[in-house]
Formats: sequence, C-alpha cells, structure tokens
Amino acid sequence: MLGFALRRLLSTIPVLWIALTLCFFILRLAPGGPFDEERQLPERILANLRAHYNLDKPLLVQYWDYLTGVLMGDLGPSYITDDFTVVDLISIGLPYTFILGGCAFALAILVGIFAGVIGALNQNTSSDYGIALVVMIGLIVPNFLLAPILQLVFGVSLGWLPVGGWGEGKLSHLVLPVIILALPHVARISRLMRGSMIEVLGANYIRTARAKGIGARLMITRHAIKPALLPVVSYLGPAAGYLLTGSLVVESIFGLPGIGQYFINAALNRDYGMVLGTVIFYMVLIILLNLVVDLVYALLDPKVRAR
Amino acid sequence: MTENIFKSENLTVRFDTPDGEVQAVSGLNLTIAPGETVAIVGESGSGKSQTFLSVMGLLAKNGKASGKAILEGRDLLTMRPRELDVYRGRDISMVFQDPMTGLNPSLKISRQLTETLEVHQGCTRQEADAKALAMLEAVGIPDPKSRFRMYPHELSGGMRQRVMIAMALLCEPKLLIADEPTTALDVTIQAQILELFAQLKDRFNTALVLITHDLGVVAGLADRVFVMYAGRVVEEAPVDDLFEDPKHPYTKALLASTPRIDTDLESLEPIPGRPPNLQRLPKGCAFAARCAFAEAQCREIKPALNPVADRRTCACLLVPTEERASA
Amino acid sequence: MLGSEKRDALVDALEPDHGDGFAPKGRSLTEDAMRRFRRNKAALVSVYVLGALILVSLIGPFFIPFGYEDPDWAAFRLPPDFASGHYFGTDQNGRDMLARTLYGTRVSLMVALVATLVSIVIGVTYGSIAGYLGGRTDAIMMRFVDIMYALPYILFVILLMVIFGRNVILLFIGIGAVEWLTMARIVRGQTLSLREREFIEAARAAGLKPFQIIRRHIAPNLVGPVVIFATLTVPEIIVTESFLSYLGFGVQEPLTSLGTLIAEGADVMEVMPWLLGFPAGFLITMLLTLAFIGDGLRDAFDPKDV
Repeated sequence: MLGFALRRLLSTIPVLWIALTLCFFILRLAPGGPFDEERQLPERILANLRAHYNLDKPLLVQYWDYLTGVLMGDLGPSYITDDFTVVDLISIGLPYTFILGGCAFALAILVGIFAGVIGALNQNTSSDYGIALVVMIGLIVPNFLLAPILQLVFGVSLGWLPVGGWGEGKLSHLVLPVIILALPHVARISRLMRGSMIEVLGANYIRTARAKGIGARLMITRHAIKPALLPVVSYLGPAAGYLLTGSLVVESIFGLPGIGQYFINAALNRDYGMVLGTVIFYMVLIILLNLVVDLVYALLDPKVRAR
Repeated sequence: MTENIFKSENLTVRFDTPDGEVQAVSGLNLTIAPGETVAIVGESGSGKSQTFLSVMGLLAKNGKASGKAILEGRDLLTMRPRELDVYRGRDISMVFQDPMTGLNPSLKISRQLTETLEVHQGCTRQEADAKALAMLEAVGIPDPKSRFRMYPHELSGGMRQRVMIAMALLCEPKLLIADEPTTALDVTIQAQILELFAQLKDRFNTALVLITHDLGVVAGLADRVFVMYAGRVVEEAPVDDLFEDPKHPYTKALLASTPRIDTDLESLEPIPGRPPNLQRLPKGCAFAARCAFAEAQCREIKPALNPVADRRTCACLLVPTEERASA
Repeated sequence: MLGSEKRDALVDALEPDHGDGFAPKGRSLTEDAMRRFRRNKAALVSVYVLGALILVSLIGPFFIPFGYEDPDWAAFRLPPDFASGHYFGTDQNGRDMLARTLYGTRVSLMVALVATLVSIVIGVTYGSIAGYLGGRTDAIMMRFVDIMYALPYILFVILLMVIFGRNVILLFIGIGAVEWLTMARIVRGQTLSLREREFIEAARAAGLKPFQIIRRHIAPNLVGPVVIFATLTVPEIIVTESFLSYLGFGVQEPLTSLGTLIAEGADVMEVMPWLLGFPAGFLITMLLTLAFIGDGLRDAFDPKDV
C-alpha cells in the first residue's frame, strides 16, 4: 500500500513539471506584457519594473529561476499588489477557500451518497422522483444563476440568512455559499451512486448474499454499498477540481475573501505573476487531491491494490 | 417415498414484461426425499432455474411465483423476505452457475463465509473462522489458511466454485440446490467439482437438486431425473431407467443429441427448431412443433403428466399410461 | 417480431449464460435507436422547444423595432410592457430586453457551436490516431489526456483570456481547445474496437495507408457516438461561456451573451427582476432541453439501463 502511494506520488512529478512549463511559456511568450496598460508608461519606468521583476533576463534563465523558486515554495511576486508575494496572498485566502470547499465537499459526498442509495432502493417511487428533480436542478441551473435566486429568496425576502460576507466565520454566513457550491456535486454523486447501486443490486454476488439469508440490512451495508462506491470515488478527483473553479464564482458572488477572489482580480488586472502562481498552486492541490482519491479507490477495490 | 423434505405443489412462475405476461414455469409438482439427489434437466429457458430461484425468493422484480413450495412443512412462497432469511442459507442453500461473479469482489473470502455462520448460528468471530476453515478444507481447497484471507479475484474459477460450495454447506442445509454448478468451468475442473458433490452429499446427508442441461452430469450423480420443457415437467424417472428407456420424445431427442462414450459422434442428432415462445405457448403439446412423432392430436390437446411405469411419469399423448399399459 | 429485443432480454434473464440462438435482430441499429428516441416524450418535446427557441433567436430580431444596443430614450428601466412594445422591458440604458435576450441567445449558441466544432475536430483527430495506432503511442497520448483531465480547464481558459485580452473568437477556440478531452477518449475507445473488425483488416490488406483508413473507414463509423457526445458538450460550453462572461472574462460590451445579461441582471434583481428573469429563463430552457435530448439520444443508442 505504501509502495503504491509512493509510486503514484512519483508519477505526478512529470505531470506537474509539464503543466508548470506549459503555463509559464504560454504567459511569457504571449503577445503583450503585464505592464501594457491603456496608459503608456514611460520607457524608463517600464525598464525599472522589468528589472525589478527579473523580466529583463533571458527567458530560459527566468524559467530556471521560477522553477527552482517553485521547488523552494516561492511562487514569485504579485505584479499588482505591491510588497506581497503570490504565496502571501494565497496563504491569506487559503483558509477561507479551504473551509468553504471542505464543507461543500463533505456535504456533497454525504448527501449525494445518501440520496443515491435511497433512490436506488426505492426505484420509481415518489422519493426517487423527488431526488431526481433536485438532481436535475443541481445539474442544470448554473451556480451563478442559482446564487442570486437563493440570495433573493432566503436573504432578502425571508431574511433568514445573510446574503454575503464572511461574518467572522459564523455558520449562517456559510450556509448559502456551501449549498450552492455543493449542489451540482450532490447531483452528480447521487446520480452516479444511484446508477452503480442499481447495477450492483443486480449483480450475481448480491444474489449470492441474498441466498445466504443474511438479511437486507447487512446485504446493503456490507455487500452493496462498498462496490457501488467505486464510480463515486473516481468522480471525487475531478469534483475537487470543479469545486475549486466553482469557488471562484461563489466567492465573488458572496464576497468571501478566499483565493478565488484574488485569482479573479489578478486575472482581470492582468497580474501575470499572481495568475501563474495561483494556477500552479491549484494544479498542485488538485493533483494531490487526485492522489488521495486514487489511494481511497485502492482501499476499496482490492484488484487495483494488487497491481 | 416416505417423508419428503421438499415438495412443490402447482408451482407457477410468471414474469410481467412490457409485451405481456410470460409463464416461465407452469404448475410444477415435485418431491424430494432427505439425502436424495434429484436432477432437473432441460434446455435454456425451460424454467429449471426459475423454479428454484422462486423457491429461494430470488426472482427478478417483475417475477411472481404462485402455488406452494414446502420445505419441511413450511411454505416458502408465502413468506416475506425477513422470514425467508431464517431458512435461506440455513436449511436451504444454493450454488450458482458462475463462480466468477458470484462472490463479492470487494470482500475477503473469510468475511463472506463467516457472516453466514454469524447470522444463522450466532457464532463468534473465532468460532466462525474455525468452522469456515474446516469447511474450506472439506471442499478440497489446498492451503485453506492462506486462501481464507484472500479476495475472490486471487482465486481460480474452480477454487471459487469450491468456495461457493463451502459457503452453501456451512450451516449444513437439508437441501442444496446447485444451478449448473459446472457449466462455467473447464472440463477437467467440472469432473472434480461433480466428484466433490458426490462426496459432500454423503458426508452431510444433504438432499441435492442438480439443475443442468447436460445429461452427462446427471448420469453419474442423480438418483432421479426430472426433464423439463417450456416450463413443464415432461418426464420423471429414476436415472438408470431414463437412460435405458426414455419414454418422452423430447427425452429421446435430448439423449440422441448428447455425446456418449458408447456411441459414434456421427450418430449425434441435434434437436431441430427452437424452444417455443413462452408468451404464446401453443395450445397442445409445447414440443409438438419439434417432435418427430407428433400427430394431429398433439397440436390440440395438452398432455398431462401421467404415471407410465413404476416410479415413472411422462407427459405425452403417444406414451401409454400405466393403466392403459397394464390393461 | 414485435418487441423482439425485449424478449431477448427476457431470455437472457431466464438463462443468463446460454441464451444462444434466440430471436434474431431485424432493423438497423440507427433505425431502432431513432424509434426509441421518438418514444421518449421528454426528448421529443425538447427537440421542438429548442428548435423554436433557436428559430426565434435567429428570426426574431427582424421583427423587433428595437436594436439590442440602441437606447429607447422614452423608456428607461421599464418593466415588461405591451403598450410600448417592450415585451421584456428595458434596462438601465433603455435598451430593449427582448432584443438583448435574443441577441445574447444567438451569441451563446454560436459560441457553443463553434467551440463544439473545435472540440470535435481536435478530439476526433487525436482519439482516432491514438486508437488506430495503439500500443505505446496510444499509451503516451492517453496518458497526456489523463493529465489534462486532472487539471481544471477553466483555469486554462482564464489564462488564455488574460493573454489574449478577451477576444470573442479566441474565446470560442479556447473553450473548444480545452473541451476535446472526453471526445478524444470516446473516439479512441470506438476506434480501438473498430480496428479489430474485418473491413478494416480488408482495407489494410488492400494496401491503404493508416491515415486513409482512418479517414475513409473509421471516421464514418464514429458519427453516432460523436453526435451523441456533441449534444452533451453543447450545454457544457454554454454554461462555460456564461460562467466566463459572468466573471467578466467573456463577451464584452457592446456585444452581449446570456451570461453577461445574467451577470448584469443579478446586480439589480431586487429592483428590476425582469433583467435577470428573461435571460435566465432562456438559458435554463436551453440547458434543460439539451439535457433531455442528450439523455434521450444516449438511452436510444445504448439501451442498457432502460
């Protein structure tokens, strides 16, 4: 198991390297630079700025500096927010994003799996159709549309929940953002779980379990749920990625001070350093989360572990 | 025949399909004595598997069984799943056709074996482990201790079928149903598994129902044979009598299409045509369309299962019944 | 032969492992699939609704006396109103919302079409080459796809937007260029199985070059799965475009798209809900119908779980 984890970890290194190189050169080779504003800066100031951010060195030297910097945990400076490095900004935003994303992830998994099992066990009953309706809404209505609607209903009209802001981490401030971030994944997971659960319930080994007379509860909890979880688990890796991109919108709609906010602002202001740094940080995060998911998958499926 | 351990009365299995109702088993009556081995023989779709899946409460969702299936005086068909779970796995158990998919891939062999004992006999983990290990040994699994902790995919097909058999025998059931237990296995393994059945049923004094399409399997193992066609029993006979003197034209055709050591391969005759559509069964004998001896009356009158000789019954208008024969 | 496949399914259920030689299949696969699709009410209704929506967004603007960017000086912040001819009302700048919504729908549809085409071209080429060549090449090419899969593509699109300064054409291409991965996977899988078929063998024996075989013999056989997947890609791209426009990376003024309209509408939804409601309604209708059509097609061609 440890060997498996180590092998997977090592295999992510070239992936990260390729992705980093790709992003670096796309940004550097692209027409236009970070200081091309509508207002032309005097040539001397521009040169100073370039020198300050090491942009005057040969490209390969820049690349090498950046690569070694990243290895040391330095993602370079922000070009817009003076005196802050990318790592500074990320570490300011990270806790908020983590809390938001973590809560949404947990909610999506728990509710999604539960709803999927209920749907599969009560196929074509009213509870199944009810779940299917919520799933449809979750899959169809984009978060940037659902958010204002829920804000209007629960925040403005009913006044039950705050419409935005962090509110010193009060739970009530988290409810709407977390639900909106989680809903599409609740939908996906419950759909996956329902489908795979139905498939598993029709499998020969479930018939064997029923023939043994071990009872419906044991049959479902021990024999059906574990194998049915596999497709859900393999979705969790991509889901982590979608959660991060989803948090971009949710953070900006609800005015939460997470990384997503910084990233959007950086992108709108063409802060190349921050954009590149954040993208690389996101990629590392996502690849690590995928690694965790792979390990969980291996725990659930003995066939994978053996390889 | 004295005390029967199992008896079915007018057992009928129907399936609701979008195109109408399908009758897979029609009015089946059969009896099984303690320790006896009964073979159910028939082609695909003859209803032989569905009969016993219905007894075990394992029919597909759109399936419905009626009639009676009495195990030691209790009708299994009227039981709700919760009641049925008391008997399934304890007094009556089943070995399925495909050992490759019959075991849960995500649970260790040990877990899948011991849970039966824990549920039915209230064994502790240790007791269950010991009993399960002993049973693995009894079904001829070499080095059971290490295999005990393995996952199904680490075992070969033959080994898995042995595990399935061990699982079915754990609570020493009074009736063991084996549904095509060797069909999915290599020929050499098939012989071993059949040999194993022969040993085990003596050792545990279990009545055995052997469901098969292969008459070769029947010859070595069974005491009595039921031949099924299109959801009905067409002939019932002690195994030697059946091979020596098949009465029903279908049985004859079946025997003629089965390779035997004492006949030429060239003399094998496949049965022409196909089994009938179960949705629209013909008015008369279901086999008439394929029968070499069929007469006009066969297409009109459905033959009843009548005694034709000592301990033998047959459902064919052309075979004289016992009374008629003796008259 | 009514319901022959149902009976096949039943025979399989009765005797799982030797349901040999029962009821032969008539009709071609596509015919069968279309018949199943037509039986799917939700999908069929969706086809008409979506068709009507597209038609209206294409033809509608010719019948509206207002341009999508021309202010009506007599009507600012006007709620939906029949008397003035502003059926969907007007926005803060007096622009007719019906014209704007129709125009936005048109832009969103166009982005989706172009981006889907780009993703089809890249995905089919990449997937069929990987699948046909097989072996090591295939392994390396698909490993690359796996890597790309793990990365959130929105980030790449945003990256591209940052560089290319929010050019709409590049937006089309950028979205398409990152949406081809699933297409490549599906095409590769199909090609792998096609490769083993006799007619490919025959073509190879006749001395056709790999590229010719892919173009003439493999590509035509990929049409079904590609079309099905494309219907699933279109709504995804519409959402992506709206998402980017909502964040301010997408379509810019004076152009507009449903995403841009929704972003603008969300800001003022308390006082002028019609600015949010109409574009949102159009977007949801489009996504919903496309989802039903996609599901319907998939079920029709792959009736496993029906």
